[in-house]
Amino acid sequence: MLRTISMIGSASGAITRRVALGLMVTASVLAMGQSRAEAAKDNVTIGMAIEPAGLDPTVAAPVAIGQVTWQNVFEGLTTIDRQGKVVPLLAESWTISPDGLTYTFKLRDGVTFHDGEAFSSATAKFTLDRARGDQSVNPQKRYFSTIDTIETPDATTLVLKLKQPTGSLLYWLGWPSAVMVAPKTAENNKVTPVGTGPFKFVSWAKGSQVQLEKNAGYWNSQVSVKLEKASFRFIGDAQAQAAALKAGDVDAFPEFGAPELMESFKGDAKLVTVIGNTELKVVAGMNNATKPFNDKRVRQALMMAVDRATVIEGAWSGLGTAIGSHYTPNDPGYIDLTGTYAYDVEKAKALLAEAGYPNGLTFTIKAPQMAYAQRTSQVLQALFSEIGVTMNIETTEFPAKWVADVLKAANYEMTIVAHAEPMDLDIYARDPYYFNYKNPAYNAVLQKVQETSDPAEQAKLYGEAQKILADDVPSLFLFVMPKLGVWDGKLKGLWENEPIPSNVLTDVHWVE
Amino acid sequence: MITILTRRILSLIITLLAVSLLVFSIMNLLPGDPAAIMLGTSASPDTLAALQKQMGLDQPLPLRYLAWLSGMLQGDLGTSYTYSVPVAGLIVERLAVTLPLALMAVVLSVAIAVPLGVTAARYRNGPVDLIVGLFSYAGIAMPAFWVGLLLILLFSSSLGWMPAGGFPGWDAGIGAGLKALVLPAVSLALAQAGVLTRVARTSVIEVMNEDFVRTARAKGLGEGAALWRHAVPNALIPVVTMLGLQFTFLVAGAVLVENVFNLPGLGRLAYQALSQRDIIVMQNVVLFFAGLVIVMNFLVDLAYLVIDPRLRAKAQ
Repeated sequence: MLRTISMIGSASGAITRRVALGLMVTASVLAMGQSRAEAAKDNVTIGMAIEPAGLDPTVAAPVAIGQVTWQNVFEGLTTIDRQGKVVPLLAESWTISPDGLTYTFKLRDGVTFHDGEAFSSATAKFTLDRARGDQSVNPQKRYFSTIDTIETPDATTLVLKLKQPTGSLLYWLGWPSAVMVAPKTAENNKVTPVGTGPFKFVSWAKGSQVQLEKNAGYWNSQVSVKLEKASFRFIGDAQAQAAALKAGDVDAFPEFGAPELMESFKGDAKLVTVIGNTELKVVAGMNNATKPFNDKRVRQALMMAVDRATVIEGAWSGLGTAIGSHYTPNDPGYIDLTGTYAYDVEKAKALLAEAGYPNGLTFTIKAPQMAYAQRTSQVLQALFSEIGVTMNIETTEFPAKWVADVLKAANYEMTIVAHAEPMDLDIYARDPYYFNYKNPAYNAVLQKVQETSDPAEQAKLYGEAQKILADDVPSLFLFVMPKLGVWDGKLKGLWENEPIPSNVLTDVHWVE
Repeated sequence: MITILTRRILSLIITLLAVSLLVFSIMNLLPGDPAAIMLGTSASPDTLAALQKQMGLDQPLPLRYLAWLSGMLQGDLGTSYTYSVPVAGLIVERLAVTLPLALMAVVLSVAIAVPLGVTAARYRNGPVDLIVGLFSYAGIAMPAFWVGLLLILLFSSSLGWMPAGGFPGWDAGIGAGLKALVLPAVSLALAQAGVLTRVARTSVIEVMNEDFVRTARAKGLGEGAALWRHAVPNALIPVVTMLGLQFTFLVAGAVLVENVFNLPGLGRLAYQALSQRDIIVMQNVVLFFAGLVIVMNFLVDLAYLVIDPRLRAKAQ
């Protein structure tokens, strides 16, 4: 920059040396001022692939909503930390009655919403009633249906009486769908979210970005928020994401979309790549109610035809963790069950013959258009052909057509999708659910998880549940998506793993 | 003139009505329930029913169509399912990006194509003609979104002269806004320019062989003067016709280019709304596009009157 200016000075000849010198001094002062400004950088631009559909996580499911607002704008009674553990938030403590039916929460005093409205037990009751009521459109309404009555003896005490023991309640209360909202502002939270969090909503330029700013009146004085401003920018195209990162238009892409482009960041001195875990379990679900998948041996044979390492290599550039059931290494009580029906072509063929298909079989997978689903299907197609199984690939549109055909109507043979909800073993116990998997023994284990609130006991039961799934193979358990983080090396405090879909900004700051 | 205009406007309205019915039927026949998409993979049936009611999806289709039309007459296009804000406002917001983008692309493509086409015609079958021909074929062959990617790689990633995408908004200054639109406009314009150059060249060559140009030359006018004063103005009609036709492609191209450059324009709104089954937004945007194309064709017809005095005389 300096050189350019002095060159112009001497080249044009019209500018005297003094002027050129003056320009140089000005430029260097400007440059110094700029570097000082950089040292004190207190804003961040986070890139996201998908724009949220509204900003209220309590009325719609898309994870992007929580990834902007959860823990930033909105807070729940409990929360889930970086390690995936349940910790207190707006409820500072609680007691559970011995029968597991009464939860008494001690709420924090002095908490206010961004509009000055005080948070109290009445607010909490309003929020929970809204989530479980007749008019509720909460995407996780079923999790609140266990609540029988809500009592508010005083402003900081909330008592939940349950219909049956629900060991996962404290965990569910930490979810984005369970954040606290105020009666006055709840209706407009979709457009102008008002919460109790460390950041206030500023603006939403639809199609472009959401801006937040520090909440000066944040209740938690123990937390020192370093950022003054934060914006979330929405860039759908992976090439455009990479370009924005390299050009410095975006400081971080916590969930970069294209694993095949990760290598391209290696040469960039400014950026770091951080590969962590998510809760996104890629599974090829089968319709367990129809032939040939109603025979457990067929499902097991197909599982043994799958070399997960090849799948991960082909689908996601080798980034991802193989799983043997519907559970991730982030989750409590995880056991590695990839060996249960490990890759073995000969055994797979033999079992398929035993099930009555010595000459193989033919079926169709309904694969959504997303890259991971298409590529995984193609790898599976090749692997299955090794055991004489012909799999046709039919592309379906996600979410619209997939939700209608597969999820709602269960009109499919095999499908493939990444399940985003954390700790969702219970989907295999739901009736109806698209797997059409029915195993009373499995349901009984999950029931027992809810009957205890002892984490160690729960972890043990989760282990049992995983083993049943690994053995029954209601769907082909493939891999957990990695969290491909790419961000400026000077930016610290973002989560490396994602025990719950989120972009928590509380600890995010810049270092020199 | 007045009768022609009235007749054209009347047929414009009838066409738009027919298009609205078609668009509404197609959008609502598409598989995929917007409420089910909003609620994701965990929702229970009673939650789904509650949301359908809230969104008005439990009403019968003909009623929803009539409600849409009557709302439109009062300037109310409905409320977006995903954004929860009035659709009219969304469209206006997005037009502030797409309209300048399209205009820039049209102006650029004409500014490139007319001089190139005329030059190629003047030096036809020479090396200049060959180079112009190669340029225009390349422009036609390269998809706009791919050109966009190449431009980003060169001007943003390597040289750092231009933003890699996104739009700062007009309140960040006209300069910043225009800067964000330069690369997308260039990538849209190149393909248009390729086609227009070919059309301009052919048309100029044709006119140059006509008697009146020969007369002008015989009168003693130089080659250049005969070309610019007599041939080019007469050769413009096919160019304008093509420009009108190309406008449709411009709108379609904008959907892709806006995605590559991450511009919050109308094309991206349409794309997002379709994948989210934001039917209300979808039907309004598609109708708007259709209306735009119909109006553009109308304007092209008017442009003929301006360019060609003979048509003006006939109209009177």
